[in-house]
Amino acid sequence: MTHRITRAAICLPLALGLATEAGAFTACQITDTGGIDDNSFNQTAWQGVLDAQGQLGIDARFLESQAETDYEANITSLLGGQCDVIFTIGFLLGDATQAAALANPDQMFSIVDYAYDPAIPNVLGQVYATDEAAFLAGYLAAGMTETGILGVFGGINIPPVTIFMDGFAWGVDHYNGVHGTSVTVLGWDPDTREGLFTNNFDSLDDGRAFAQNLYDEGADIVLPVAGPVGLGSAALAAELGPDELMIIGVDADLYLTDPERGQVYLTSIMKRMDATVFQVIEQAIAGTFEGGVIVGTLENGGVDIAPFHDFEGSVPAALAEELATVRAGIIDGSIAVGGM
Amino acid sequence: MSDRGAVDSLLQRAAPGRAEFEDLVIVPLFAVAVALILGALTMLATGVDMATIGRSYVALLQGSVGSLGALSETLTAAVPLVLAALGLALGFRTGLFNIGAEGQLLMGGLAAVIFGFSFPGLPFPVLMPLCLLAGALTGALYAAIAGYLRAATGAHEVISTIMLNLISYRLLDWMLSLDWVQREGRSDPVSRSVPPNAELPRLLDWLDPNLRVHAGIFLMLLAVWAVHWLLFRSKLGFEFRASGANPDAARYAGIRASLVIVLAMALAGALAGLAGANQVLGVLGRATPGFSAGIGFDAIAVALLGRSHPVGVLFAGLLFGALEAGGRQMQVDAGVSIDLIGIIQALIIVFIAAPLLVRAIFPWGFRRRDKGGAR
Repeated sequence: MTHRITRAAICLPLALGLATEAGAFTACQITDTGGIDDNSFNQTAWQGVLDAQGQLGIDARFLESQAETDYEANITSLLGGQCDVIFTIGFLLGDATQAAALANPDQMFSIVDYAYDPAIPNVLGQVYATDEAAFLAGYLAAGMTETGILGVFGGINIPPVTIFMDGFAWGVDHYNGVHGTSVTVLGWDPDTREGLFTNNFDSLDDGRAFAQNLYDEGADIVLPVAGPVGLGSAALAAELGPDELMIIGVDADLYLTDPERGQVYLTSIMKRMDATVFQVIEQAIAGTFEGGVIVGTLENGGVDIAPFHDFEGSVPAALAEELATVRAGIIDGSIAVGGM
Repeated sequence: MSDRGAVDSLLQRAAPGRAEFEDLVIVPLFAVAVALILGALTMLATGVDMATIGRSYVALLQGSVGSLGALSETLTAAVPLVLAALGLALGFRTGLFNIGAEGQLLMGGLAAVIFGFSFPGLPFPVLMPLCLLAGALTGALYAAIAGYLRAATGAHEVISTIMLNLISYRLLDWMLSLDWVQREGRSDPVSRSVPPNAELPRLLDWLDPNLRVHAGIFLMLLAVWAVHWLLFRSKLGFEFRASGANPDAARYAGIRASLVIVLAMALAGALAGLAGANQVLGVLGRATPGFSAGIGFDAIAVALLGRSHPVGVLFAGLLFGALEAGGRQMQVDAGVSIDLIGIIQALIIVFIAAPLLVRAIFPWGFRRRDKGGAR
């Protein structure tokens, strides 16, 4: 008993000392390749940390992965008590995060795009029903195309990338079913699980070349699902003009993050990693953090499509209304997102 | 006076003295110092304040040698650089400018992974060395292609190794998508995992599971010794160096130039392959398209910085490893972009490649050269 009292007496001032120190809570983030300023994937997740810094007054640090070999090294250099919670951004960091989390059970981790089964007590996964938003984008694109051909390509053939492509293709199918049209999607087949992939998340040249190929095949709307690689596609679209080629952005609203080429973005499939990252930080500060999964859906605002911005006047009112109906249908479950 | 000069240069050759010491030690030291100063100026020019610059260099030091964990990271990063650079140094000494370490490293690493998961039943003392051997042999064969092309057709090794690099990237992509290589349940290019009994064991994980330093450091030291012995104590090494110094003279002296070229390339490839095997067996545990991470190219810089001398390569590799590990800490502590480390590394190379420039900037660091004749 006396022991416990003395220990409490020692711990109390220590705890107070930590709590009174300004910005004692530190959130750290490890990006995937592509960089923190990629206008899409990594930047959106980092925005969540920045929001928390602004609103909750926490400290924030980040570390960029320049190659896949950096994942483990980067996590290692953030260990050792300097971070209260470590965010690892991306599916490809799944193995490294798991190893680090098991070796350091007292460190809080949160990973984007990965759910562990069984759950690890100190890792909170953030996953997204991106196909719901991509379904809307596919429906929109099918209604907007003039050539009847849409293009899509991905970064690496991993589930968080292909879920965009699946939803997009299913949305197009749904449009074809409703309107009796035959709009086709080049670059991804949801049944064979094969399609176009750049095999990286950082080459803008690849983004340009892949979009060029799809354009040459007749596509007038292209969806690049590869983070900053898509900026290369947007550069091509900006040169050709939006009458020839439109781009659908991913992760963030690219009209806002890439304003110089805003005119090429028909819409963006937003994956609100900023919102979920913020939510995790709140939980960690409040002490309610526990391992498991947060799922972002169309219903809870975790995923959505961005406003049409410059295309506001070009999207027919009837199509916009249909989109609202489809959206409501997905949320109430009357429209099943998935293969037919 | 001219007699005096000839005697001087003879003496010089017999007992490398001050001038060689200056070239080997003082020039690199100054190069590093100037690069750090210019790095600070770069930060200043991009709007980083002085306090942050100071903090970032403290972090660079702490993150590279400031703790056991930092040392472990420095060594982990240095091992593949040193291994690949030793191979390149061997080539440079032979007069071969091998740009292909990246491709040789990829092929070697891939072979080590495939061998590892193909024979998971073998015990550790058999499987681990065999995996390393598979990596070295594959790297050697891949590099020997360029050596053979040079010897048989005169195709320049710079061109052919660059082309072989490009081939290796796509070959790796393709191999990683094959059913028997790709990890089950994944559709992205990632290989099956290396079984635990093929891994290079971690040395300090009993202290702290986050210390990644592994048995590859012994491999590195062994390779430094072996290359030193080969270059300076063996007949083959003499032939390599003679061919590098003057190919015509070497040929007239009866050295088989073609054989020397192919052998030197193969040995360089073997060391690069070992570097790849070291990465997959000691650090990554699998192969992915990006697993070389540019080590094969950084190793060129390491070999040049080390003046193509095995011991110099060891220290240059440790420096580059320290920069890599410290660079991460720099970004974490000071928020300075990790790209700055790339700039500092590049500056070091610029100054190493231009010793006259360094001599001009720091005249007081060097003995004045006799102008000759006057006295």
